[in-house]
Amino acid sequence: MPKEVAIIGVGYAGFRALTPEVSYKELMYEAAVKAYEDAGVDPRRDIESFVTVAEDFTEGTSIFDEYVPDQLGAVLKPVHTISGEGLHGFIAAYLQVLTGAMDIVAVEAHSKASNILTPDEIMAFAMDPVYNRPLRANPHFIAGLEMNRYLCETGTTREQCALVVAKNKHNALYNPLAAYGASIAVEDVLESEMVSYPLSRLDMSPRADGAIVMVLAARERAEELSDIPIWIRGVGWCNDSFSLENRDWTNAIYAARAAEMAYRMAGIRTPWQELDFAEIDDTFSYKELQHMEALRLCRPGEAGLLVEDGATEIGGEFPVNPSGGSLGMGHLLDASGLARLLEVVLQLRGEAGQHQLSDVETGLAFGWRGLPTTSGAAVILSN
Amino acid sequence: MTAKIKEFPGVGLRESDFTERKVLFTEWKPDARYAWDAGVAIGRYLAELKEGRIIGVRCHHCRRTVVPPRIFCEWCFRPMDEWVYLEDHGVVNTFSICYVQWDMERLEEPLIPAVIEIAGASKGVGILHLLGEVDPREVKIGMKVKAVWKPAAERIGAITDIRYFKPIN
Ligand SMILES: [Zn+2]
Repeated sequence: MPKEVAIIGVGYAGFRALTPEVSYKELMYEAAVKAYEDAGVDPRRDIESFVTVAEDFTEGTSIFDEYVPDQLGAVLKPVHTISGEGLHGFIAAYLQVLTGAMDIVAVEAHSKASNILTPDEIMAFAMDPVYNRPLRANPHFIAGLEMNRYLCETGTTREQCALVVAKNKHNALYNPLAAYGASIAVEDVLESEMVSYPLSRLDMSPRADGAIVMVLAARERAEELSDIPIWIRGVGWCNDSFSLENRDWTNAIYAARAAEMAYRMAGIRTPWQELDFAEIDDTFSYKELQHMEALRLCRPGEAGLLVEDGATEIGGEFPVNPSGGSLGMGHLLDASGLARLLEVVLQLRGEAGQHQLSDVETGLAFGWRGLPTTSGAAVILSN
Repeated sequence: MTAKIKEFPGVGLRESDFTERKVLFTEWKPDARYAWDAGVAIGRYLAELKEGRIIGVRCHHCRRTVVPPRIFCEWCFRPMDEWVYLEDHGVVNTFSICYVQWDMERLEEPLIPAVIEIAGASKGVGILHLLGEVDPREVKIGMKVKAVWKPAAERIGAITDIRYFKPIN
């Protein structure tokens, strides 16, 4: 894929468990101001279109699209909101530039998870109302079902999942943006209280507030405006059949298909050799392993062993979630995928600070839409 | 509907068909609760309402004074420059007389929602509230109205700290 569209600016705010000092609009504004400054653009003059990512039920306001233009500099401009993963929104923005209709487009996603008083009820609202919801089990049981089957089929152990938690929380200690950095042992995860067997509390990423804005530009404008444009090499997204009764509980097929689409576009045949690192969904510890296998970063059943060997640590052969992932940075609801992508951008620019990887040229970001979904999106970037 | 069909076969549904569960259905009552952080601008707005004052913000760039306040100017995309206390009276920009409740039940006494251009704010900038102490037939666009506040002890820092706006001469 030729270099047609690049990320020329990124901005972010929050990434804390609580952000009581600002409203969601003020959080978005802070991220937007930084992204536009980083890109060297004036949103009122230069940005032609805006894509935001939001889900009405997590905002507590329906038709949330109406609430986004002011704080993004998007008043009286083309704006639309995508109800999906942050990377779905990113891809929509990318496609707008690719059509040639727009030269500069901004994308935004945020989380004010701390403002939702009944988050598990909101999650349950995504389940089928007729044949699943009346059973009244907390929807985290769905992660329990999947983890159980995945561990059984692949021979992966709870200890290996716990190592993912320890690794990501450790990485987060070196990332000033991360809210949940910690030095914890495998035993801490194994001994933390069971949420829905075999998923324990520490296997789950804790929620966080935050906002991310990125500015995308067509090649000519990108080269003109940016000294370090980060090029979009491939994108892909996929939705599996959602049914809890018939879905594949072992393999994240949506991730495999999304990645294949992105690899094809980027001309990548052997991802573990051609990519330098990956930032992938780790909403739950086992998800990082399951997604690694689906994304062909290793063979099926091998991810747990790689974590054991330290291959996915910051200093390892193939770092996974050097940012700390959602386990270390906090889960940003639908902004989580953009947080993964943000880290890929910072790494490729050489701006990741204390957790900077050396000699990285190509990275993958993968976002999963969370429970109870089987949808995800992948983006491959190069510097 | 084609005119050729003269008779419609079938039986209409009665409420009893549902209560006796002859017709099957599933009900769900969502428990969706939120507590939104007011933040810098709306936090101050609410705190001032509690004190019996209306506050707005001013952008020196486009020279607009707006209410409710925000920390940024949506037109200029820059931070607002200053807080400005506004009057608690203004002019009715537009109003409606609402004769139905939320469940579409008729109201004996209609509600009169109105956009009130607050004195001290820029032309066309106002807050949405209700009108009171006025015969619905007497309400006019351009009418001058003034806030009727709850007593200080009852104010909690909410838009309802103003009971309604009433006409003044
Ligand atoms: Zn202005």
